[in-house]
Amino acid sequence: MSDDLPRPPSGGAGALLPPDAGRDRPLFVVAAILVFLACIAALGARGAWNQAQNWTTELESSLTIQIRPVDDRDPDADARRAAEIAQALPGVRTATPRTRDDALALLTPWLGEGNLPDDLPLPLMVEVELEPRAARDGRVAISDLQARLDAEGMAASVDDHSRWARAVRRAAGTAQTLGLSLLALLTGAAAAVIAFAARASLAARTDVIDALHLCGAEDRFIAGLFQRRFFMLGVKSGLVGALFAACVSIGVSLGQSPADIAFFLPQWAANPFELILLGAAPLLAGLTSALSARLAVASDLRGRW
Amino acid sequence: MTASPHSDPEPVVRFDNVGMRYGRGPEILRDLSFDLPRGSFQFLTGPSGAGKTSLLKLIYLAAKPSRGLISCFGRDVATLPRDELPDLRRRIGVVFQEFRLLNHLSVFDNVALPLRVTGKKRSDYAEDVAELLAWVGLGDKMSALPPTLSGGEQQRVAIARAVVGQPEILIADEPTGNVDPEMGMRLLRLFAELNKLGTTIVIATHDLQLVRMVDAPVMTLANGHLHIRPPRSQRQREADLRNSLDPEPDMPSPADTDSGEDPMDAVARAMEMPEDDETDGEDRDE
Repeated sequence: MSDDLPRPPSGGAGALLPPDAGRDRPLFVVAAILVFLACIAALGARGAWNQAQNWTTELESSLTIQIRPVDDRDPDADARRAAEIAQALPGVRTATPRTRDDALALLTPWLGEGNLPDDLPLPLMVEVELEPRAARDGRVAISDLQARLDAEGMAASVDDHSRWARAVRRAAGTAQTLGLSLLALLTGAAAAVIAFAARASLAARTDVIDALHLCGAEDRFIAGLFQRRFFMLGVKSGLVGALFAACVSIGVSLGQSPADIAFFLPQWAANPFELILLGAAPLLAGLTSALSARLAVASDLRGRW
Repeated sequence: MTASPHSDPEPVVRFDNVGMRYGRGPEILRDLSFDLPRGSFQFLTGPSGAGKTSLLKLIYLAAKPSRGLISCFGRDVATLPRDELPDLRRRIGVVFQEFRLLNHLSVFDNVALPLRVTGKKRSDYAEDVAELLAWVGLGDKMSALPPTLSGGEQQRVAIARAVVGQPEILIADEPTGNVDPEMGMRLLRLFAELNKLGTTIVIATHDLQLVRMVDAPVMTLANGHLHIRPPRSQRQREADLRNSLDPEPDMPSPADTDSGEDPMDAVARAMEMPEDDETDGEDRDE
């Protein structure tokens, strides 16, 4: 051999898989759409849960005492007395008696002003504002309050809004379960699509696989090639899908939809959860794609000799 | 140095009553029994469709026999677990008739393939691959893609890829099919060099000119059966020995009559190849 040995070509080694394997545009589009839908489902579930959390917190942070008009008692005095009793309880922040005028003001939008006879008996309310989480932690003894009001001989009933809070929580739970189920289904669909595509590209390039095998490549070496190729596919489609999901989410928030519709739509709240979810989506998509491709290729290769 | 029924205690490849069929078709290889001794050199010949490529596939572990026993490097192929195949395959270099180069990889990457699949780093093999490519005359085409090369150049890439991992057996299927006689001679000399370094060589060809250039045993496939003709020098020695033992010169020697006809002659006739430039006519009596 001469002294001037030829230099090996510079640059890295070429990719062993053909450039087109696992890089079909339709596959990329399908994967991106699946990631987009999965992000929307996750954001929606999270949004519903957030919303429900706000509503139930609001509901649970207050009590209403209703003083029914009874013939022989002065409802205004009863309301003031009930407020005093409530105010004395632990966990209660404020207790505000509402007078007959307040009750009339509440009815005005429906009945118009001055259309009610002065002697019409109206129930009066006492608004009780609780310290945060006091009701859920059991620091406010509602039954105790009811008992004391009964002892005063008032026709009073305490409403802690728990019926509403339960209903809201149930609805939120349903929305959340739905969102998570969709997420699971979409992940499964993405894995199946990737497995299908990996098998197809394996079958399409039997020549390459045979050459690798006959050069002594182990199955896991070949599976690793597909794993890397499909990891990149997953990450790229994940980036595109998550970006679109973020855009839609921001768009919904800016669009000021009515609250009842927004309950099921992902609202952009730039809190850590949303950012982590959208940031992790490409990585999760990549991992799902890589694992799925690896398993599909490995099981196909086992069938050969 | 001969391919013969079980003469070597530890051959690299041993066939014992091997038969092979594809699916439910007829048996295309029947009752093959032979050894490939370590460091041997042999030709495999026979008419087209005789099963040469199938026999090679059995040797390079790309197919399993329908019956019989094949042992490769002392391992019974039938009971070999799948995950031990790659290790054996790395000890076998194959030059395919149709090259089977990867068209999306450069010449350099194609030749480096057997090293890459073992997990070696590029920096560890780059110099060796470049040197080998220079040796086969492709030093200036390392970055070229196979489709841009001529048939002869592709053939040399395929040969470089087959030998880069320093295999213990080199199997070449029609390695001179796409090159002119001069290049064929050069490649044959390359194989002979490798053989001197200890590599077991099997060359499948129906180029009888090529076969006559090397004093090596010839395995001939015809009708699914294998006939093995010892190398010329051995036959000469045996003939000399017989002549010295048997003073009557007009008696035909047993070697000429026991098999009736030399299978090479049958093959040559089947392929209608002229025999006029035959130099070793000592066992031909027609």
